[in-house]
Amino acid sequence: MAQTVIDTANHIAAYAAKAARAQVVAAYPITPQTSIVERIAELVESGEMDAEYIRVESEHSAMSACIGAAAGGVRTFTATSSHGLVLMHEALHWASGSRLPITMSVVNRALGPGWNIWADFTDSMSQRDTGWIQFYCADNQEVFDTIIQAYKLCENERVLLPAMVCLEAFTLSHTYMPVKIPDQEKIDEFLPPYKPKWFLDVNNPFSHANLVSPEWYMEFRYMMQEAMENAKQLIPEIGKECGKYFGFEHGGLIDKYKCEDADLILLTMGTIGREAKIAVDNLRKEGFKVGTARVRVFRPFPKEEIRKLAENTQMFAIIDRGISFGMEGFLAEEIKASLYNHEDRPLIAGFVAGLGGRDVTFKTIEKIARKSSEWMQAGKVEKETLWVDLRE
Amino acid sequence: MAGSIKELSKEEYLLKGHGACAGCSLAISLRLLFKALGNKIVMVVPACCTSVIPGPYPYTSLAVPVQNMLFEATGATASGVVAAFHRRGIKDVTVVGWAGDGGTVDIGIQALSGAAERGTDFIYICYDNEAYGNTGMQRSGATPYGAWTTTTPTGKKERKKDTPFIMAAHRIPYIATACSSYPIDFINKLRKAKEIEGTKYIHILAPCPTGWRYDTSKTVEIGRLAVQTGMWVLFEIENGKFKFNPPSNRLIDKAKRRPVKEYLTLQGRFRNLTEDDIERIQKWVDEDWERYCKLASNQYV
Amino acid sequence: MSIAPKTCKEMPVTTLSIPTVGSMGKTGSWRTFRPVVDYSKCTRCTLCWIYCPDGAITRQEDDSPKIDYDYCKGCGICSNECPVKAITMEREGE
Repeated sequence: MAQTVIDTANHIAAYAAKAARAQVVAAYPITPQTSIVERIAELVESGEMDAEYIRVESEHSAMSACIGAAAGGVRTFTATSSHGLVLMHEALHWASGSRLPITMSVVNRALGPGWNIWADFTDSMSQRDTGWIQFYCADNQEVFDTIIQAYKLCENERVLLPAMVCLEAFTLSHTYMPVKIPDQEKIDEFLPPYKPKWFLDVNNPFSHANLVSPEWYMEFRYMMQEAMENAKQLIPEIGKECGKYFGFEHGGLIDKYKCEDADLILLTMGTIGREAKIAVDNLRKEGFKVGTARVRVFRPFPKEEIRKLAENTQMFAIIDRGISFGMEGFLAEEIKASLYNHEDRPLIAGFVAGLGGRDVTFKTIEKIARKSSEWMQAGKVEKETLWVDLRE
Repeated sequence: MAGSIKELSKEEYLLKGHGACAGCSLAISLRLLFKALGNKIVMVVPACCTSVIPGPYPYTSLAVPVQNMLFEATGATASGVVAAFHRRGIKDVTVVGWAGDGGTVDIGIQALSGAAERGTDFIYICYDNEAYGNTGMQRSGATPYGAWTTTTPTGKKERKKDTPFIMAAHRIPYIATACSSYPIDFINKLRKAKEIEGTKYIHILAPCPTGWRYDTSKTVEIGRLAVQTGMWVLFEIENGKFKFNPPSNRLIDKAKRRPVKEYLTLQGRFRNLTEDDIERIQKWVDEDWERYCKLASNQYV
Repeated sequence: MSIAPKTCKEMPVTTLSIPTVGSMGKTGSWRTFRPVVDYSKCTRCTLCWIYCPDGAITRQEDDSPKIDYDYCKGCGICSNECPVKAITMEREGE
């Protein structure tokens, strides 16, 4: 029987790695990710989880060990956060270019200086060009389901890319919620054992990742881009299949709420998306025609769905928990780029909010919606990027 | 264990037509690696000459599985491969980390140290040409005092890191030095390492005609002189016990060692050394030998 | 060298390279001096074989060396190491 547990998203991520039957885990501690790898250590040492656990001496080594293990032909898992993820950066490129379906949970945390351990998307968003698929979760059930789905997706022959399953520091990582964990048999049926596309085999020797000249390099990069496009097709399909198996769907590429007749759509990511739903309900009571769309998958970016969403609305208000210095919020950038060739573009306003763990509650979001609504009625966005609750 | 060259296999797993410079000792060492261990090995190779020598996609001159990897990540990557093979019940394959001095003593020392501390069951080989050869001879932590490199144009001011002893501090079961000029010694060390469980570290001196500025035909001779002058010492540390290997074991008496000058003056990279410098190097070599002899007599590191 | 793919569809998903003789071409063309063996002097010690960085020396049935000039880069190690001076280096084209 499926069981319901009440636990933190971090522990749930550990249970998901176990449920996915990850065979090698290589990890290094960093707040606020640590309780994922601590729980995995407990599971491995108690014999509940049948895996090799490599206690590496850095995050760079964690990813390198995962690459070695995946190249050795097994399913791998790791977890990190913030500076740990940024230290991994070089190896992230090597993992995706090697087409190894490594899955990693990333606890989104601000980058220093100074030291800040609270929620912020800049860590993973600044890894957007590494060739990793990126999921962003809004609750603990979604964390569990997405990790299982990530393996299924990444190991698909048409994809063969690694994936990050991102969850915000504390807001999710250390927050207890009830989660339904399906029967292992069902999970095994949904996610069969890993069959590597290539591995280091003495009976079929070849060199992986030796020199590659300009004559061939572009083709390998093109194939990665194709794989991303394939992933974009497969994510909603796998999401639906998972829903049929285990009962939950989380919205495919974009989790939409009351968008059909909305004049104003609030675009969000992660837990801000949950708060936005409350804000939408409150504002609707006041007569605002507002909806919200939570972007679940940042890479591959759901360009087509964003365009569809733009068709029947007057305005997008985009809330970013991250900043690309010298430009604007990451999500705002991507959405604008997606709409450039689109006729009848809606007005777009960007809002930077919640950096370094500052609270973004439904009240904050209502404020953002009211400001956007003013601009929408005036037909003009006064400020392209507004920093919310800033002590200016 | 091999007693003579003629007992060695004729099979080659470093295929002809690779891209090593003429007279490259690393290429000799690779051939010796395969003569010692055969082809049931998986290599992890970071950025180094060995990532270029085999040639470009879709070809390679290495006829064993090779995972090319990031510069600093050999130890960690090998840990992953070892764990995967353990999971899959593959027992007859030896995992070999094969890295240059830059990738070992500088940028890769953290991952190597981590792998050794975890007791990762693999052989790590550092082939040491005492500079970043692949990028055109820049100074590394393994470059000896006084040597010209492109980033020490008037000679390096600091001494070479003693990496085998850094590894000894990890209390791993087997550490050895070697040089391609002494093939049987190197092969026997590799075969011994293969039979030992845990982390095995072998540090090879790798004479480099391109970087050291000597004639390509002198590669084996230079390696021999390094040993005969005592600038490079052949030893092994097995479970903490230090032991000289031939011919270094016959050079304990200082009088039997040739003056370091003979080794230094053959190489263009030491062209800028003064008599004082040479004297200083001789003194350091003699001091090192005193230390080694004490270790050999007490038998413990 | 016929194994090279022509399009993405024929390529592996990542850079997987196949062991091939002559991955860098016929490296014998790098040579300015060629080693020439005087078999009457050769003692079949096989030192030239073990020290050849290029694997361009084959150890024959009788342990005498056979040099593959397609791949010998002419470094001269064999000549330098031969204990009986049975290998001489001769300038190419003379």
